[in-house]
This record gives sequence, structure tokens and C-alpha cells, in this order.
Amino acid sequence: MGKVAIIGVGQSPFVRQYPGSIRELAFEAFKDAMVDARLTTEQIDASVVCSAPEYDKQRSPAGVFAEYLGLNPQPTFYVETLCSSSSTGLRLAYSLVASGLHDVVAVLGFQKMSEISSSESQERMGRGADIQWESPFGTMMPAYYAMYAQAHMATYGTSPDDLALIRVKAATYGQINELAVYRKPVTFDMFTDPESRMTGPVASPLRVGDCCANADGSSCVIVASEEKARAWCDKPVWILGLGAATASVNLAGRDLFTGLAVAKEAARQAYGMAGVGPADIDVAEVHDCFTIAELMAYENLGFAQPGEGPELIRSKATYKEGEIPVNVDGGLLSKGHPIGATGGSQIRTIVLQLRGEAGDMQVRDPAIGLVHNIGGVGLYGNVTILGR
Amino acid sequence: MAKRELDTRFSKFGTVSFTATTKVNDFIDHLEDGRVTGTRCAGCGTRFFPPRSDCFKCLDSEMEWFDVSGTGKLVTYSRLQYAPVGFEGDLPYCIALLDYGDYKVFGRIADSVAAEDIQVGMAMKTVVNRLENGQLNYVFEKAE
Ligand SMILES: [Zn+2]
Repeated sequence: MGKVAIIGVGQSPFVRQYPGSIRELAFEAFKDAMVDARLTTEQIDASVVCSAPEYDKQRSPAGVFAEYLGLNPQPTFYVETLCSSSSTGLRLAYSLVASGLHDVVAVLGFQKMSEISSSESQERMGRGADIQWESPFGTMMPAYYAMYAQAHMATYGTSPDDLALIRVKAATYGQINELAVYRKPVTFDMFTDPESRMTGPVASPLRVGDCCANADGSSCVIVASEEKARAWCDKPVWILGLGAATASVNLAGRDLFTGLAVAKEAARQAYGMAGVGPADIDVAEVHDCFTIAELMAYENLGFAQPGEGPELIRSKATYKEGEIPVNVDGGLLSKGHPIGATGGSQIRTIVLQLRGEAGDMQVRDPAIGLVHNIGGVGLYGNVTILGR
Repeated sequence: MAKRELDTRFSKFGTVSFTATTKVNDFIDHLEDGRVTGTRCAGCGTRFFPPRSDCFKCLDSEMEWFDVSGTGKLVTYSRLQYAPVGFEGDLPYCIALLDYGDYKVFGRIADSVAAEDIQVGMAMKTVVNRLENGQLNYVFEKAE
């Protein structure tokens, strides 16, 4: 099987309310990636469209986008694994290219969350869990992650202050990411001020400052065979490892509550396929939909031992200059989390890092990068390892 | 010809139910009787909570009911101060998970348990609860 590369990446600005339709939103990331890859539409053999359903009136958006983006008559597919939809799209694109069925595949992620209200959105996301047995109790994403935070605190003595440090780091980089929705500074003091918006209650022990914002946005990743990548691209970034896993949708069916079993399993697969370990990773993007999610990712990816994640943020090891820089683009906490677009945005950040094109966010000379993208509350786990 | 009536008993489960019909609708009758029940596979003996009508281990669909009884250990919980659509009237409330050893139970902590009394690891029991809107669920109380 030949190698598979990423030859183009694109992203729309992530915004609170996109002033256009979903096909127009998709066009923004697609154009950005096509310009980046210097391709024309007839060079794209197939497209994969990724989002979480039930936000748009439009059913089957893939066919609609194919027309709007000039990708007729090439085939298109819709894939969905909630917040990790576009990492799943990348996995599908990889297999389409590695199998020899297609040479060049565009992975388009999008979400226009502002189509519905924030509490409706919480209700939709809550129904990404077990609607028969859990949703009738009034569940929502922050509360599920809060249960993991509570377990981590009870088991390891992690504190709300540790979580606050993660948000402070995210904001450090969100301020310099022009595509991020949240660009204001966040200081640790704001988390000790009961008047600050950061300390507003949501679901204990998580507070407003621990949660990422909804956003509208799109992302695009163009995947190509080794032959096309070498012919068309000066700086191909190679897909070295892919891992994907699932877990019980109902928390009652799980055993681990201080971390996500799907992340551990997906990481094991991706490290194995790439033939590398945690110490080889130079820069990482992890799924920080909530601060606790980043902390657990440190441990589940092997950057820290179980229970020692807080030490990484306290020592600033995950800052840009640290031993293992994580989310130096602001992460979901600052960029915003347009569900279907998120994985593609994370992949874009690592591709730019590996090419040395990340601007003010650039980490020093990275060779191997990692993307950790979770769907639902640890329902789907995806880990992707990329290299120069 | 008279249309056969759909058995929609499960729409009584929780503040807002998103499921009307399931093969384990008898679960609702058990709640009415003050029992919280799971299923045990007649083929291999595996106990399931929440109850299932099919066993993925031996692919058997012959199930027996058992009562959730005794005490479980509080694995984790969260107190919500913001709710999804349809649950605003219940605020604030705690969702939680109890570990009974063989199985775990996801639900709510009873409003009667004071916030400062809740500790991960504490022993709790599962009891049936009738909500103000006439719906049924179950909640966790402190085990004495
Ligand atoms: Zn069985």
C-alpha cells in the first residue's frame, strides 16, 4: 500500500453567526484548501462531507455541496461521528486513496450551529448520548464531561485551578489566531472572581470558563496518493498513523471515568501504525471541548501518567516553548467548536506546523504531530499522526 | 378493522422521554409498582442495567427481570445549573452514576440529599420517584 499525504488545508473563520448559507460556508474552507494545494476542481476525484446532523434544514448536504463547489459528476459521501466527523472523514479519505480507488479526495467539515438557539443546541448535543436511558434525566455535554472532571478530582486531587490554567493557555493562543471566535485575554484571576463571566455556573465542577463556545465554521483537508503528492506538492504532509475506537454510549456501560477509553485505544492504534510513541510527538492538537478534556488527553495520549496531567499545565510543558506544545492555535476553547469542522481545523493546524507555516503560533521545527478528536462524550475516539 | 393500539408506555420515563416504545416497556410498570429493574439473560446469566431485550454475548433474546436492590457506590456526579430545553423547571439537579459491582446505574441524586453531603464513593440506593408532571424516574438516596 502506498503512502497517503495531505496536500492542501483550509478553514473559514470560526464565527458566532455566519452571515450566509451552509453551502457558502463550505465554499470558504474549500477555496482556502484549493488555493493552498494549487488545484482545480477536476483534479479532485471524490469528496467526503462531514457534520453532525439536525442543525440544518438541508438533508444530505454532500450532494448539495458537490454541485456548489464544482465537484460534479465526481462521487461524494456523508460521514458522521458527532464532534469527530471530519477525523472520520480523513480516515475514509485515507482508505479511498490507499485502496487505489481514488487519487485525490477532499474532506469537507462544516457546522452552522447558529441555525438553532444555544439551549436547543445543548439538547441536540445531549441527544448524542443515550436518549432512551440518560436523556430523560436532563443530560447535556458539559454535565457529562463534568462527571469525568469530578471523578478525576476525587481520584487524583485535581483542582478547578488546574482546569483554569488550561483555559488561560488556550486564550494565550486564541488571541493570536485570526480565525478564532474567542480572542479576548483570559487571566487566572478571572477564575477567582465570582463576578467574572468565567466563574458562571454550568455543571459542577465545570464553569463557563471551562467550556468552549459554539461557532459556525468549515474546514477542508485535501488527501492525495503518494504519486500525486510528489508530483503536485512541495511540502506534502504524510499520514503516518490512524486510530479510531468506540465505547458504550451509556456511562453505565463504561469502566473508566478519569479518562476516555476511546482516546487510549485510538492512540494505541495510531502509535502502532506510525511506529512512534508519545515522546516522539513534537506538537499536538487535542479535543478540548472542555478544559478537563485536554487534561485527560495528556494522560490518554501518554504525554503524562494517569493523574499527572495537571503537572503538565502547571509547569507550562504544553505551552509553545514547552516539551510537548498542545493546542497552540487556541484549541476548541478559543477557536470555537463548529462540530463537523473541528477535526479538519485541528488537522490543518498540525499540517501548517509541520510545514513551518504557522506564523506566530509556530513551534520550533516539529517533525511529527498528533491530532486527538473525540465524538460525543468519549463515544468515538480518533487519533491521527502526521509527519513531514 | 380496528387499528392495533401502540404500546407507548415508555413515554412516561423521565422529565422528558425521547422514546415511546421499547421491548422493555414493562420497566415502566415496575416503576409504577415501586421497583427499579434490569434484565438477566436466560441463556448466559449476564445482568444488564439499563435493561436490554437482547444479549450481545450469546445473541439470546430470552430475558428475565431482576430488581436493582442493595446499595451502590457513587462513582461520580455533576450538579447542573443550566439545563437543556424541557428540563429548566427541574434546576438545579444532580446527575450521577452508581456502581453495583455487576452493573452500574445512571440517574439523578434525590433533591433531598444536600449538596454538601454528596461524596464520591458514598453508598447510595436507587428508589422510584414520581415527578411533578406525573412522569416516573428513579433517584439515588443516601444508604443508611
Ligand atoms: Zn446471554
